[in-house]
Amino acid sequence: MKKLVVAASAVLMLTVGVALADAVGPNDVAMADAVVAESLTGVAGDPAAGRDIMINRKLGNCLACHVNSEIPEQPFHGEVGPPLDGVADRWTEGELRAILVDVKQAMNPESIMPSFYSLKLGARVAEKFEGKTILGAQQVEDVLAYLMTLKEE
Amino acid sequence: MIKVGGIFAAVGIAAMLASLVSPALADPDNNQLIIEGELIVTDVAAPDSSPLDHIYSGWRFRSPETQSLQMDDFENPGFVAVDAAAETWETADGSEGKSCASCHEDVSSLAGLRAELPKWDEATNKPATMENLINRCRTDRMGAEAWGWEQKEMVNMTALISLQSRGMPVNIQTDGPMAEWMEKGKDLYYTRVGQLNMSCSNCHEDNYGNQIRSDHLSQGQINGFPVYRLKWAGLGSIHRRFKGCMENIRATPFKRGSDEFIALEAYVASRGAGLAVETPSVRN
Ligand code: HEC
Ligand code: HEC
Ligand code: HEC
Repeated sequence: MKKLVVAASAVLMLTVGVALADAVGPNDVAMADAVVAESLTGVAGDPAAGRDIMINRKLGNCLACHVNSEIPEQPFHGEVGPPLDGVADRWTEGELRAILVDVKQAMNPESIMPSFYSLKLGARVAEKFEGKTILGAQQVEDVLAYLMTLKEE
Repeated sequence: MIKVGGIFAAVGIAAMLASLVSPALADPDNNQLIIEGELIVTDVAAPDSSPLDHIYSGWRFRSPETQSLQMDDFENPGFVAVDAAAETWETADGSEGKSCASCHEDVSSLAGLRAELPKWDEATNKPATMENLINRCRTDRMGAEAWGWEQKEMVNMTALISLQSRGMPVNIQTDGPMAEWMEKGKDLYYTRVGQLNMSCSNCHEDNYGNQIRSDHLSQGQINGFPVYRLKWAGLGSIHRRFKGCMENIRATPFKRGSDEFIALEAYVASRGAGLAVETPSVRN
C-alpha cells in the first residue's frame, strides 16, 4: 500500500516536472485587455487540487480575503475581497486567469490582492522567496479550474 | 500581585477561542474599556490631517473574551511582568551599585513619558524610544550592561513605566526635528514590501474592521504596547509586532531598534494621537 502511494506520487512529480518545463514564464505571460487566453502550461487544471491550494495558508490562502460558500468545512473566511460565489458566471476563463496571474495589471493597480504569477514583488522580499512567484504555473491552472466550477446560474 | 490562576485562565480561554468558529465581525464594536472604575478612551475623532476617518484602539477589534482580560488587572496576564519589573526597579545592578529607585525614587515619577515617545533626543540627535532611554541609564549611569531589545527585563520594565501613563492621551511631537523622521516613517508605512507585495496601509488603513481569515483587522495602533499576546504567551515590544507583520507578507523585516523601526514607531504613534495609553494591553 505504502509502495503504491510512493509510486503514484513519483508519477505525479514527473508530470508536474513536465508541465513546468513547458510553462510560460511569469515575464512572458501574454495579457491583453485583462485577458490571458492561453493556458500557462497546456495541461488541464485539476479543480480538486485547486480547491486545496485556495485553502492552504502557504499557497493561495484565498480564504484569508474571500468568502467561498463551496468550502463550508473551513472556518474563518475573510471579507477583504468580494465573495467568490458564482465567480465563473461573472468572468470568463481568460479573465479569471488574468486576475490570478496579476490582479494589479488585470483589475486594479492598487489592489491588496497578491499577484500570484508575477515577479513584480514588493521591496525587501525575504530571501527564501526572492525571484519566486507565489504559485507555480500549474497551480494557477488548478485554481482556475476550480474557480470555473463556481457557478450559481 | 497577579495570581498564577490568571495565566492559566488566559491560556484556557485562548484554547477555547481557537476552537470556536467566530461569525464575521465588521467594524470596531461599541464596548467601553473600564479598568478599576476608570474609563479608558478607545476612540477619538481624527484631525483633518489624518488619513483615518476615526481613530480606534486595537482593543475595540478584539473578541469580548480577550477584551475582558484587559478590564481587570488581576485577570490581565501582563501584570506578571509588571510585578517582576517592580522588583527589578528596586534592585541594584552594575558597578555603581545603584537601582533605578536610587535616582528616580517611585516609578510614578515617570508618568506621562510613554505618551510622548519616541521623542527628540539632543544627546544622540535622533528620536529616543523607551528602550533607548532605559539603556542609557543602565550603561551611563549604573555601569550595568545594556539590556537586549526583547530581553525579558527590558520588555517588563517598559511595561511598568508605560503603565504609569495609563489613561493619558498619546501626544507625540511631529514638528521641528521630528518632522523628518515622521516623513521617513510615513514612507515606510506606505511602501509595499515582501513577496505578497503589501504595505501597512493596505491592511491597517484600507481594511480595518474587516476579517482577514480568523483575524479582525485593527488600525495597527501602538497605544497598548508592550502588549501581552496570547499567541506569544508573553509580552512583546512594538518592534516585535512590526517584525511579525513584515514576516507575514514574506518581507525581510528591519532590525529591532533600527532607525527604520524607530521612524515607523514615531509615525504610527502620531496616527494614534489622542488615544489613551493602555499598557499592558491584551491581544490575541
Ligand atoms: C489579501 C487579500 C486577498 C487575497 C489573499 C486574495 N484576494 Fe482575490 N481579491 C481581493 C480583493 C480586495 C479583490 C477586489 C479587487 C480589487 O482589489 O479591486 C479581489 C478580487 C478577486 C477576484 C475578482 C472577484 C470579482 O467577482 O470581482 C477573484 C476571482 C479573486 N480575487 C480570486 C482570488 C483567488 C483565487 C485567491 C487565492 C489564490 C485570492 N483572490 C486571494 C483580495 C484578495
Ligand atoms: C544614577 C542615577 C540614575 C539611575 C540609577 C537610573 N536613572 Fe534613569 N535617569 C537618570 C537621569 C539623570 C535621567 C535624565 C533625566 C532627564 O533627562 O530629565 C534619567 C532618565 C531616565 C528615563 C527617561 C525619562 C525622561 O523623562 O526622558 C527613563 C525612562 C529612565 N531614566 C529609566 C531608568 C531605569 C528603568 C533605571 C533602572 C534600570 C534607571 N533609569 C536608573 C538617572 C538615573
Ligand atoms: C496582511 C495584512 C497586514 C499587513 C500588511 C500588516 N499588518 Fe499589522 N496586523 C495584521 C493583523 C491581522 C494583526 C492582528 C489584528 C489587528 O490588530 O489588526 C496586526 C496587528 C498589528 C499591530 C498590533 C495592534 C494592536 O492593537 O496591538 C500593529 C502595531 C501592526 N499590526 C503594525 C503593522 C505595521 C507597522 C505594518 C507595516 C510594516 C503592518 N502592521 C502590516 C495584519 C497586517
